[in-house]
Amino acid sequence: MRFDDEPIEPGDPLPILPGHHSAGRFERLLRAGVFTITAELSPPDSANAEDVYARARIFDGYVDGINATDGSGANCHMSSSGVCALLTRAGYAPVMQISCRDRNRIAIQGDVLGAAAMGVNNLLCLTGDGVAVGDHPGAKPVFDLDAIALLNIVRTMREQACFESGRALTTPPKVFLGSAANPFVPPLDFQVARLAKKARAGAEFVQTQYCFDVSLLERFMQQVRDEGLDKRLFILVGIGPLASARAAEWMRTHVPGVRIPDAVIDRLRRARGKGAAKAEGKRICIDILERVREIPGVCGVHLMAYRQEEAVAEIIDRSRALDGRIPWYPGRDRHSRPAREVDSPTELPEEMLA
Amino acid sequence: MRAVRYWSVSHAGAMQRVYQALERLLIMIDPLLRKLGYQHLEAPFAAVERVLKGWFFDCRMCGHCVLQSTGMSCPMNCPKQLRNGPCGGVRADGSCELDPAMRCVWVEAVRGAARLPGERIQVIQAPLDHSLVGRSAWLRELRLRTAP
Repeated sequence: MRFDDEPIEPGDPLPILPGHHSAGRFERLLRAGVFTITAELSPPDSANAEDVYARARIFDGYVDGINATDGSGANCHMSSSGVCALLTRAGYAPVMQISCRDRNRIAIQGDVLGAAAMGVNNLLCLTGDGVAVGDHPGAKPVFDLDAIALLNIVRTMREQACFESGRALTTPPKVFLGSAANPFVPPLDFQVARLAKKARAGAEFVQTQYCFDVSLLERFMQQVRDEGLDKRLFILVGIGPLASARAAEWMRTHVPGVRIPDAVIDRLRRARGKGAAKAEGKRICIDILERVREIPGVCGVHLMAYRQEEAVAEIIDRSRALDGRIPWYPGRDRHSRPAREVDSPTELPEEMLA
Repeated sequence: MRAVRYWSVSHAGAMQRVYQALERLLIMIDPLLRKLGYQHLEAPFAAVERVLKGWFFDCRMCGHCVLQSTGMSCPMNCPKQLRNGPCGGVRADGSCELDPAMRCVWVEAVRGAARLPGERIQVIQAPLDHSLVGRSAWLRELRLRTAP
């Protein structure tokens, strides 16, 4: 999908349309009613920019937004603001994750301004995993804010143009605000109330935890529609391929908040032969994608394919989730820019005149 | 003590009535307290709260009590000290992601809130003001209520 007002330089912002909050493609697509796809980039344990670009390129032409995680699982990696700084230079649409675990409100608000200045249009406000589950269990957990307080603060920054302290901002951050939801863990019936609270605090989109139990999601989405939340929030369902029955077992005991039904693990276990489990894992993911797509109120999917990033393209292709469209990536429009949009070709850089 | 803490949630309705009675009493004697000077009452009030709320709720003296919005389950017992709802890591049996021996403070809060009238659990709580830690939450509330 192309917008008529695409910027000439890939890193430049799109014009902010009336009723929109950000200059980003991600918000544009969701508000246009397009089934939208995001994927999680696993940040490198390195100080090399090319490591980030190599991981982003895997998704070229398949995703509309790339999530930059912020020490997910309380493990140390390159920071989400660092990853986002690199991604925005190339014109990608990152979803910058902000966790409340490692920084207090002074640091986080500063990061929000910095991120928006770098061209980050989407923020995902998270509470964050506890330090005990990560690789630095002795670290001090901060949790000065929680996800809902954070949403409220960033919305205030955007709309009232001031910090939590009330001190004024000269340019507010024009960001599209998101948060997480986990429909699969207790207190199940409170999860929708919690989502409503997030919407009231400022969330505009939601990415859920891994969905392996579609019936629980259906139940949750029914409650979401009953509360009218599908009209206020764009909901992207988290999905991902499991590599094997053992990986699935590990994940459900070690990754906080992930619920994998026994039926899924049995299905993986039955797959015998070299690579069979991995193929079955992808098939399960495609099945889930196709099923969640049919649920009213689901606006897209968020792919988390940790250590299987190359599987994302196959899953999206085989499920036809893109309906034939090609999401923007650096260089996509270089040779195919339609003439009608080039009003003054002399102003274009040389490579675009090819 | 966790057993007492869980008991307090199970009796959230009674706890709230005690709180409301205490509130009325404090508002009634406020002119007297004002004459004595709030600043002299800070230490004894905090000491009493530390003992009473410590016994019933495992109070952590955050100085900004929200028990009536959290079904009488003190959110400061959450390892992440979440004041607006559970995190996404609650275990399938309702126990805490970080302390499996403890029931999630927010699973408890939802249980307690069901016993209280109104929907105060839906109120968005502002982030904690850390300058209040260790101070009397009751006196603060009283001051806010009776401020001219």
